[in-house]
Parts: sequence; structure tokens; C-alpha cells
Amino acid sequence: MNKKPIQTDLKNLEELYHEAEYWHVNAGGETIHAKRMPGTFRHIKWITMSIWLAFFFGPYLRWDGQQAILFNIPGRQFHIFNITILPQDVWMLALVLLFFALLLAAITSLAGRVYCGYFCFQTVWTDIFIWIEEKLEGPPAKRSKLDSAPWDINKFRVKFIKHSAWLAIGLFTGISFTLWFGDAFQLWKAYLTLQAPLFAWGTIGVFVFFTYLFAGFMREQVCFWLCPYARIQGVMYDCETLLPTYDFSRGEPRGKLKKGSRAEGGEQGDCIDCKQCVAVCPTGIDIRHGQQEGCITCALCIDACDSVMDKVHRPHGLIRYASLDEIEGKPTVKIYKRPRVLIYFAIMLAAIGGIIYGLTNLGALELTVLHERQPLFVLQSDGSIQNKYVLKVLNKTDSDMPLILTISGHDAMKLINSGKPFMTRHGRVTAHTVFLRIPGDQLDAERISIIFRVENIDQTALFAEYQSMFFGPARN
Amino acid sequence: MSDKKNPNEVPDTGHLWDGNLRELTNQPPKWWMNTLYLSGLFVVVYLILYPAIPLLNGATKGILGWTQMKRLNETVVEIEKIRAPYENKLKGMSATAILADDELSNYAVRSAKVLFGDRCAGCHGTGGSGNPGYPVLADDDWLYGGNIDAIQQSIANGRNGMMPGFGTSLNEQQLDDLAQHMLALSKGSEHAAGKELFVSQGCIGCHGMDAKGMQMMGAANLTDAIWRFTPGTLESIKYTIKYGVNSPGAEETRNAEMPAFQQQLSETDVKKLAIYVHKLGGGQ
Repeated sequence: MNKKPIQTDLKNLEELYHEAEYWHVNAGGETIHAKRMPGTFRHIKWITMSIWLAFFFGPYLRWDGQQAILFNIPGRQFHIFNITILPQDVWMLALVLLFFALLLAAITSLAGRVYCGYFCFQTVWTDIFIWIEEKLEGPPAKRSKLDSAPWDINKFRVKFIKHSAWLAIGLFTGISFTLWFGDAFQLWKAYLTLQAPLFAWGTIGVFVFFTYLFAGFMREQVCFWLCPYARIQGVMYDCETLLPTYDFSRGEPRGKLKKGSRAEGGEQGDCIDCKQCVAVCPTGIDIRHGQQEGCITCALCIDACDSVMDKVHRPHGLIRYASLDEIEGKPTVKIYKRPRVLIYFAIMLAAIGGIIYGLTNLGALELTVLHERQPLFVLQSDGSIQNKYVLKVLNKTDSDMPLILTISGHDAMKLINSGKPFMTRHGRVTAHTVFLRIPGDQLDAERISIIFRVENIDQTALFAEYQSMFFGPARN
Repeated sequence: MSDKKNPNEVPDTGHLWDGNLRELTNQPPKWWMNTLYLSGLFVVVYLILYPAIPLLNGATKGILGWTQMKRLNETVVEIEKIRAPYENKLKGMSATAILADDELSNYAVRSAKVLFGDRCAGCHGTGGSGNPGYPVLADDDWLYGGNIDAIQQSIANGRNGMMPGFGTSLNEQQLDDLAQHMLALSKGSEHAAGKELFVSQGCIGCHGMDAKGMQMMGAANLTDAIWRFTPGTLESIKYTIKYGVNSPGAEETRNAEMPAFQQQLSETDVKKLAIYVHKLGGGQ
């Protein structure tokens, strides 16, 4: 760093003091106009935010001539690349949810609200909205001035463009959301010709409204008062969690930097009370009060503080990612010695294991046999006993399949109306009714365990089995 | 609004507890109040649009004129639109033709399930499982024939069993012999004295020489394991022979009457029911 005379820096600093005159927790009574400034974490934020581009462009991906990822709700099928997931496989979804819940907990116990600060749609959309706002209306001071200025043609023009842009983003968000649930290109065609189903329009309407409201107006208030995750963070943190933290032992006692008052080794701490950390905070908190409800750990205050430290020629890191233990001068604990984190990762591993098992064992055929309950069995004129069964065959392959049914469990058992192969339609459950008979004099128990087996005619390796019961009259 | 910097300067309710506890009168957040006002507005709009306020004779109508009955009728129209292609096809087809078509017969079975529950299950039991005095429909023993046309006939026109009582023409010993013969027949053997009576008393007129019955007249097959009037005990068989079935003038006679449904049900519904019954397990 080139050594500039301190006096020139001080001149700039005087302006900084005006940017955040006072501070309190904002309960929605006023709009926070956060200052935007470049920095390391600002860069990281742009990169993590760009992950959401996948949300907008994902639906257009094709795979084998089909939409790569399609959540077909009416058809009760999820297509994810070449995997088709049917309702019967939905237990894997539970594991996916478990995995992400634990991932959230694990990351939070390691480094705080990483999700909130870098990934959450509320943070990302708000950030984009504010970026647009700044492009149109200028830096925070100008924005506040414009807000309180009387309406004139210029104010109207600027505000009109801003709100239109916001609504357009909301519209695009809503449309992109719906594209995951239907063929993207067909849906676009339907939207452009105004032929889309009412439900799709309704979904888009909800998205436009809430994107506009949450990212445009409520912003940090959503994090403060609406989001449940913000409220449970307290139990996910501990003294070993890395968080953007103000190093109070280095910073205090804080005080305004005045010309000539900076004596090396003097009473004053490194914090010059410039309130830049407050000015840049998107939720309007003062990190120097310690970790608090409003902090989404976006680390923008670190950027701000570091830039000021540059100006006053003091080392970076007055606000930095640090654990409470570190700030208080206690020894830090290694990750692998923190049981909470280890347990989180163990559960995550189990969930991943389950998902991998599920995906590699997605059987092509699934058979369920429902035994008719009323009547449980029927006496036939030749004295034999007949039972009725409904076979439900789920064909998970992508083509219709002829199946042949065999039943084992009793030597004298006869299959009545079937024996011919029957077709199962792909991607759905086909029902097939069969009747079984056992001659009365050969029926040796009230219940007989039997096994149904359906088998692809051409490919006997494709089969499914199901154990059921054959019922006869009560024996004395 | 007072200076938010210092909570101590917020006005309070004036109550003081334990010397220093005060209840501040901070305003709730603006968006929160707005939501409250909006929900109030929603209530007003709802009251205007929908039936809402109960009065002595009914309730306010609401300017949309919405009623549950209207909604029901609309949904009925919707579902009938979905069913129409099938219903129209069924109308022009014979029950035999419907039965031959997998998709249509599946449709018929599903839509007849409710009909069967409403009209038939009261006597014949859910799933055609039968009841004492009422035939099982899921077995392969048919009084009037188990092919689809016969079943359709039975449902449309009804059936009336007819067997005279022999209580006056036969003595107790003869009744016993005849019943023993019936019991033996169902097990594949005979009872000599009973067999003689079976021929001489004219039983063969309806039940046939081979005692296998006659579906034209609804005369039961006496050689199989299934009894029209359960249980198949000697006492029960004797009772049937003694008092007959639907025998005029006899108080104690067995009752076997199937009402005709063609007045109550459309032809399509009768066809659907016939297919449903045919597919219960014994259709021929």
C-alpha cells in the first residue's frame, strides 16, 4: 500500500460520519437504504447469487429429447435427467429433505447463516432489486432525498421505471417457477398466446405479488419477522461458530477520529466509529452490538470495515469471521472435535447413502396384491373355494410391458380367468383382477400363504413378487 | 412518534410495577397494522359477495349469488362431461359387446360399484357375498343363468321363485327320505327311497331327471355344493320341501323375490350392473 498523508484520508472520513447518523432496530417504519461498496465478500456474494441463474435457465435444458428436469405433478412423475421418480419412490424425497435440513444445521453451526447471507432467495432478490434501485436513483443519500422530495415528472419517471423493472423480475421469476412443472417451450407458447391454464396464471400472480412485496418493500423485515429460520438460528450457533464479529477488545473504546488525536498506543481503540458497518448493512443492524437476530451474516460489514481500516492504515479484520471463543481469547476447537458437527455430518452421510441406495435400486416393476375382503372367499358349485385378488402392477420402465402371472403356495391351486399375458402401461399402475380356486377337499388350512410373481414375457429377469393369503372357511 | 433511540422515552400506560417495570405503548409495525386493516377489508368484501349473515329466515344472499347447491350442480356437470364419452358409447352397445371391451367394462364396473351398493348390496351383500335367504352373486351357481344376457334380464325384469309346498301330500317319513336324497345328491350319492319320491312326486318336472335344475324356470341345481336356502342341513331342506317357495297361501313358505329394476334404473345402468355382477367371480 502506498503511504498517503493521513490528512487527505481524514477529509474523506468526515463525509463517512454523515452516512449513518444514528441507529436503532428498524421495525419497518422506514426504508433502509444500504450503501453498496466493492469488496471481497461482495464478490463472493455475486458468485453465490449467480447460482440462482440455474433457476431461470434450468427448465430449458433438454435430455434425450425431453425436458431434463420436469416435476410433472398431474402425471405424478418427476423426471431428473434419465431418472424417473414415481410417487412410490417418494421416501427418497424425505431423505433429500433430511439431507438439506442437516446441511443447513451443519453449515450454520460451522459458519452461521451462510444460507441467509449468500444464497437465500430473499437476500438475492432483494439485493438485485436494490442494485436496480441504485442504478436508477443513485446512492443512499440521493435515494432518501428522492423519497422525501415532492412528486414531479422526473421522480415519477424514475419511480415508474424502477417499479416496472421490479414487476418484470417478479413476472420472470413466476414464469420460470412454473416452467419446472410443465414443458418449458409449450408453456411459453401458452403464455404468449394467453392460452395457459388458470392455475399457471394464478401461480405467476402469486409470485409477482410476493416478489414485488418481499424484495421491493419488506426486504429485511421478512428476515426479521416472517422467516422462521431467522428465529431458530440461536440454537444452531455456539461459541465455536465462525460469524462476522466485531473484535471489541481491539476496537474499544471507540471514538471519532479527529485530526491529530491519533496517538500510537493511546487510549482509543481501532474503531473510529465511522458507522460504515451500519451504513452497508442490508438489515440495518449494528454488528458492534454483537451477534443478533437481524444479522444474516452476509459479511458486507467486513468489506466496509476493511476499506476504512485501509484508509486509516490499520490492519484488516476489526470485523471479521471469528468465533466468540476466538474473540474472547479462548482456545479454538477443531471441527473434528465438535460432536454436534460430527453428528450432523453422520446423519447427512446416512441420508446420502439412502438416496444412493434408492436411486440404484429403482426396480422396474412393482407388484401389490389386494385380496378381496368381501366376500373373503366364495364356495363354488363343485365344492371348491374361490378367492379374488386385484393385482396392481407399477411399470416404471418407459415402454408397455406384457407380463405373465404365476402363483405358488398350493399344489391344487388353479388360476381361473387368467393365464394369458396381460399388458401393463408404462409409468403407471395397471390393475388386473384374478380368481384362484382350491378344491374343497384339498384345502387343508383356513389360510394359506401364497406368492404372486409377475414376469416380463420376453425378459424373465424383469419380475416382481408379492406374498398374499388364500382364505377358506373356518375350521373347527 | 417519539425518539426511538431511547426506549425509555417511549410513552407508557402509566402503570408501574416493582418500582421500575413499565408497559410501553410502542406502535406495532406499520406493515402489521396494514395487514390487519386488509383482513378487515377482506371480511367486508366477503360479507358483500357471499352468503354470510344468518337471519331469522335464511341468510343474506351476497351479490355473487353463490350457493353450495349451485356449486354442486356445476361440479356434477363437470364430471358428466368427463363421463360423457363413455356413457354415450355404452348407450349404443349391448352388454355382451361392452363386456368384450376391456376399457369399457372396467368403466362399467367402476361406475356400477356405487349402484350396486345402493340397490343390490342390501340383500346380496357387498361384493355379492350373499345373505341368508339371498343368493351369493360371486359364485358360479346361477338359478337363472350366469351369462351376461341372463343377468341383465334378471336385473331388468326381476325374478320370482316358484316351488309348491309338499307338506300336505307327503308325510313326515317321506319328507325325511326326500331331504336325505337331496343331501346325498350334493355329495355325489343317492338315497333310494328319496329318489323314488323325487320321481313320483314330480320334482323332476322342474329340477330335471338328473336333478341339475332348469335355468328357464329358476329351478335350482340340487347336485352341487351350493344351497339356495342356507344352511344346507336336513332340517332346512325339509322345511323348503314342506312349505315350498313363494307357494301361494302358505304363510311359512320360503320367500324368493327379486324386484325388477327397469323402472328405477336406466338401461345403461342395468347393463353396467349386469357387467359388475358378471365380473364378481362367477360370470359365464
